[in-house]
Amino acid sequence: MTIAEQIEEIVSEALQPVRLEVADKSHLHAGHAGARPEGETHFHLTIVSSLFEGENRVARHRRVNALLADLLADRVHAMQLKTLTPDEDLA
Amino acid sequence: MSEAVADRIRGEVESNDVVLFMKGTPVFPQCGFSNTVVQVLTYLGVQFKGVNVLEDEEIRHGIKEFSDWPTIPQLYVKGEFVGGCDIIREMFESGELREYFGSKDIALETA
Repeated sequence: MTIAEQIEEIVSEALQPVRLEVADKSHLHAGHAGARPEGETHFHLTIVSSLFEGENRVARHRRVNALLADLLADRVHAMQLKTLTPDEDLA
Repeated sequence: MSEAVADRIRGEVESNDVVLFMKGTPVFPQCGFSNTVVQVLTYLGVQFKGVNVLEDEEIRHGIKEFSDWPTIPQLYVKGEFVGGCDIIREMFESGELREYFGSKDIALETA
């Protein structure tokens, strides 16, 4: 399973997102700190989930970071997050 | 994290209204994410103190535990952790960041 697929699986299961985008941006960082020849080091995630309701951005990001802590500790160098509730996504 | 490191971080956060823990310095950021936050603060005309974590391995690791936040940069305003690069950029783009500084009585130099 690719790293992107692992991220999708973990986030889907825990947050039941109505929309989830996992974009691999590793090519933009080739040769930079944290990059690997095999790629899959830099991701952009957009997660739309009703579980974020009532949480501020810091709490939402902490929740996602905790879910992906194992991947972040070792394999993934950077992850940009956009965390929205369904209402915010439509706004 | 040792108590001494926690005390040093607490000291920075409590003695400066706006503190950015970053890679590099405000004049010479050494990471794109740190640079983004420096640009936002500079654009808004906020006075801030930059703490270069690349010069201090203890702070570099300690700050992640201090805030329960895994990445750098990290912005603190009047002792409160506000967020990292993505959050600061989102708040800036939506206008929330300007309001937030206003609510904390932080002076902005821009109109």
